[in-house]
Amino acid sequence: MLGAAMEPAMDRTKESPLAVYQAHLDKGELAYQWNPEANRAVFYPRVICPFTGSDRLEWRVSAGLGTVYATTVTHPREGAPYNVALIDCDEGFRLMTRVEDIPPEAVRIGMRVRLRVHRPGGEEPAYPVFVPWTDSPRAGPVGEPA
Amino acid sequence: MNGLQRGSTAIAGVAESDLGAVAEGMSAIDLMAQGIQRALADCGLRLSDIDGLLCATAQSRTSGLSLAEYLGISPAFIDSTILGGSSFMFHVAHAQAALQLGLCQVAVIAYGSTQRTIGRRQASVREYNPYETPFRPFLPSTAYALAASRHMHQFGTTREQLAAVAVAAREWALLNPVAWEKKPLTIAEVLSARMISYPFTVRDICLVTDGGGAVIMTTAERARSLKKPPIYVLGCGQAITHANISSMPDLTVTGALPSGRAAYDMARLGPDNIDVVELYDAFTINTILFLEDLGFCPKGEGGRFVEGGRIAPKGSLPVNTNGGGLSYCHPGMYGLFLLIEATRQLRGERGERQVADCETAIAHGNGGVLSSQSTVIVGTAATL
Repeated sequence: MLGAAMEPAMDRTKESPLAVYQAHLDKGELAYQWNPEANRAVFYPRVICPFTGSDRLEWRVSAGLGTVYATTVTHPREGAPYNVALIDCDEGFRLMTRVEDIPPEAVRIGMRVRLRVHRPGGEEPAYPVFVPWTDSPRAGPVGEPA
Repeated sequence: MNGLQRGSTAIAGVAESDLGAVAEGMSAIDLMAQGIQRALADCGLRLSDIDGLLCATAQSRTSGLSLAEYLGISPAFIDSTILGGSSFMFHVAHAQAALQLGLCQVAVIAYGSTQRTIGRRQASVREYNPYETPFRPFLPSTAYALAASRHMHQFGTTREQLAAVAVAAREWALLNPVAWEKKPLTIAEVLSARMISYPFTVRDICLVTDGGGAVIMTTAERARSLKKPPIYVLGCGQAITHANISSMPDLTVTGALPSGRAAYDMARLGPDNIDVVELYDAFTINTILFLEDLGFCPKGEGGRFVEGGRIAPKGSLPVNTNGGGLSYCHPGMYGLFLLIEATRQLRGERGERQVADCETAIAHGNGGVLSSQSTVIVGTAATL
């Protein structure tokens, strides 16, 4: 209509939180979000912050170090039992993952772990797993920003 | 502050549908309808009296529509809130609100599931979660096992203590003629059963059965004119803490703490005043967590509390007097059965497993992976 005010264009999201997260994993990085107002990490990645409601979330890359918060060994009807764990990353967020390189029942609450990005290949997207870690000044964590 | 008024509404009729393994071809809605017919007969009302319809099932996306069509009614108030197994306790609060406001006069809460007949995977489809699914959690078992791992780590809870919950449930089930499980169970048998997700064996985990039922609620005044003694809704409370286990703030403290507190406040009662305890026992850890969070024992003491048959038929606290989801029936969203058992205990209809001189009961529903918690406290006329 003539004279009608133009509606301002909506600020469309160009890349979903999941797409950004996945692109980091493809580079071997575990990304999370940070809300500077709340001074807190946000995980899983979202469009708005669950602490403040703000959409101003920054992306950060985890140093890839964490501590086992909870652990179980799940026994499928077929195939070998496997670990499922919740890890508290040092930056203050928790995620579901598994601890590899040791028998699943050897995973203990409180154990220090570090990131290893698993790339199954094909259609299956990359995902973060963890391996036991002994804090020492010599070895650098996997997944640190370049 | 809760707009619901203590004792303003009552449970007038209750019934189970067929349970266990139902006839081939029965649908979830068939079982809801069967439960409704039996619950109407229980209180002496007719289908045409129902003007409030509340229901939930994993097998129908729009169960309110399906059920209303099936019954041939057009209810003035309708609610198919679905939050997992606790949905029906949420429905009690919603029905009470609707009845208080005069949005309806007779509300029915219905549930049905044929997950045993059609298979669990088909009955309840899991959503893909890019932050959990790659790790192949066997849900819900893996999630509750993670919670159990924290409880064991922080409080020294043992697998034997978890098993004591399953054994107590089985002892109650042996007194329940419609319970699925018919044979005694020992702690050693629980521990040596097939491992599902450590520390849980298949005996730490609820059954997979078919089943359904209905609960009819009306105003306190109307309930007093019906066939059975009214069982008054004294308190309701609810809390949601997360959806996925990786987002649960503290795996040893559930939303039963705030939901219980709200229900106790409304009922002006505390755990010491509760005669019968019905807790959603999807896993053995649940009973322990809810005994703690609802104030029957201090946090961390739940494992020691359930030892020595304390919650079994001859123990000091009657818990899950129908045999629970562990041994009586578990069609997937079990909460409705807690309301049925609490009502029948308070009416004195439970025969061999009747709790003597009971006036108050708590029915605590759990949904998702410890995600949604809803508490209902009910009482006889003596508690008004």
